[in-house]
Amino acid sequence: MTKDEVKQVVLGIIADIAPDEDLSTLKPDVRLRDQMQLDSMDFLDIVMELRKRHGIEVPEKDYPQLATLDSCGDYLTPKFNALASKS
Amino acid sequence: MNSRSHYDVVILGAGMSGLAAGIRLAHFGRRVCIFERHNAVGGLNGFYSIAGRKFDVGLHAVTNYVRPGVKGTPLGKLFRQLRIDREEFALCEQKQSRIAFGPQGEVSLRFTNDFVVLESEIAAKFPGQIDGFRRLVALVRTHDDVSLEATPLSARAVLREHITDPLLEDMLLCPLMYYGSSQPGDMEFGQFVIMFKAIFLEGFARPLEGVRVILRVLLEKYREAGGERRMKCGVSRLRTRGDRVVALQLDSGEEITADHVISSIGLIETRALIDGSGVANSDSTVSKPGSVRLSFAETITIMDRQPAQIGWDMDTIVFFNDTSRLDYNRPEEAVDLRSGVVCFPNNFQYPYNQYLEEGIFRVTCLANFCAWERLLPEEYREAKGRWFAAMQRSAKRFLPQPTVPQLKDIVVTTDMFTPLTVRRFTGHVEGAIYGAPEKIRTGRTDYSNLYLCGTDQGFLGIIGAMLSGISMANYHILAKSG
Repeated sequence: MTKDEVKQVVLGIIADIAPDEDLSTLKPDVRLRDQMQLDSMDFLDIVMELRKRHGIEVPEKDYPQLATLDSCGDYLTPKFNALASKS
Repeated sequence: MNSRSHYDVVILGAGMSGLAAGIRLAHFGRRVCIFERHNAVGGLNGFYSIAGRKFDVGLHAVTNYVRPGVKGTPLGKLFRQLRIDREEFALCEQKQSRIAFGPQGEVSLRFTNDFVVLESEIAAKFPGQIDGFRRLVALVRTHDDVSLEATPLSARAVLREHITDPLLEDMLLCPLMYYGSSQPGDMEFGQFVIMFKAIFLEGFARPLEGVRVILRVLLEKYREAGGERRMKCGVSRLRTRGDRVVALQLDSGEEITADHVISSIGLIETRALIDGSGVANSDSTVSKPGSVRLSFAETITIMDRQPAQIGWDMDTIVFFNDTSRLDYNRPEEAVDLRSGVVCFPNNFQYPYNQYLEEGIFRVTCLANFCAWERLLPEEYREAKGRWFAAMQRSAKRFLPQPTVPQLKDIVVTTDMFTPLTVRRFTGHVEGAIYGAPEKIRTGRTDYSNLYLCGTDQGFLGIIGAMLSGISMANYHILAKSG
């Protein structure tokens, strides 16, 4: 998967968790928390949806890696690809 | 039956908090089962049918209502966490509500879902208090009310730093106490803030068909997520070893096991299951000072026409008190007629062409469980008739004179529930509506895999109840597993 595809996956999850947010103007390099009303419960949901839908595990110490859409792409793409190569 | 005998999580009670916890856990793949002793879901916010007519229990209005686009409030959090589209609740806003104090409600404060209405009412009727009131509101807006481990403060003490007129102090407390306080006389300040936001800064709304709509949505989400539920199937005993609950014995005698147990049935009610006594004893554990449980009686009058047709067109909810000081406490007598709440479910702003076919007039007053419990069956029936009439008479003092000569001429049917009814259908000791006065915000118990949600955890109101289930499922189970 490319980083852009991974970012789309994350956007899809955010759209389901927070359907009341407008994602069209989201800046990829700005903290998600600064652009949307996302609290710690919502972040927990992003992590859990990644596990549920894609089998991706994000340990708690790595939560800061999910701060922006770009950092999600950087951090998660190797995980997605490692998973794909295993199957 | 193909139900299993081991679950990741078992939840006791299919009320709002148990269902919400169940949805979260099932959505994230936990094998979860809710056990409910009653044959209907909803618990303290349920409904029942008599002769095909549905009666809501509990719910007068959904609190915490905000319009679409308002973010960062409990209602939005609830929708997100349970993956509910706000259209599904089909919430319709109130018209207006009132707080009416004095023998005939001479001092009255109107409020709606627009906070400026209350503010201008206070400015007009308590001009000397408005600056203090604004300071209080500023404090409420910035208070951290979601902390699970905050130090308890007296709401009255904090209020008095800003409001010096005791009448206004009691008028502000009245709706907040009636709609969520388990504590006689005062409130914990954190609870005050939650309820102040829920009622005054946010507001009231209702689905046309009442609580059933909300329960239907919750059940659908739970089923879709793969959650199981067993009705008419209570848990009679929790078997423990060391600091863990190791098994649950059902009323049928069957035994099941679970990694985690979430109980919405109340702290002492849960403890009673651990002791194995099966029945929470109200004499030994409850009657010590400071642990009074508050309960209510409610009359429901079904009328052959809309309240608006007899001059009751403006009010959605009226909080009344016939003196200048509010005595929010367990009364000595069976019912305290001095104060209470009137609700007209018809008087919400339903979409054009949608209305409740019959008029509904509900009156809720504080009631004393013991006074009802000691009556013999025939005395109980007689007392219900007598108190019904008295409650209705009391409440009518605060409403415009109806434009029909006799209310009874337009009454189709009536019903009434008492603290005894509440205990019978929910199992809550002394028919407690808002649980024990002391809350366990963390939901922790003496057992490492047993947690509380619901009234004794202490996020109150109907939205609070659901958030309680959500928070406890998140905090104790979902956030912890790697």
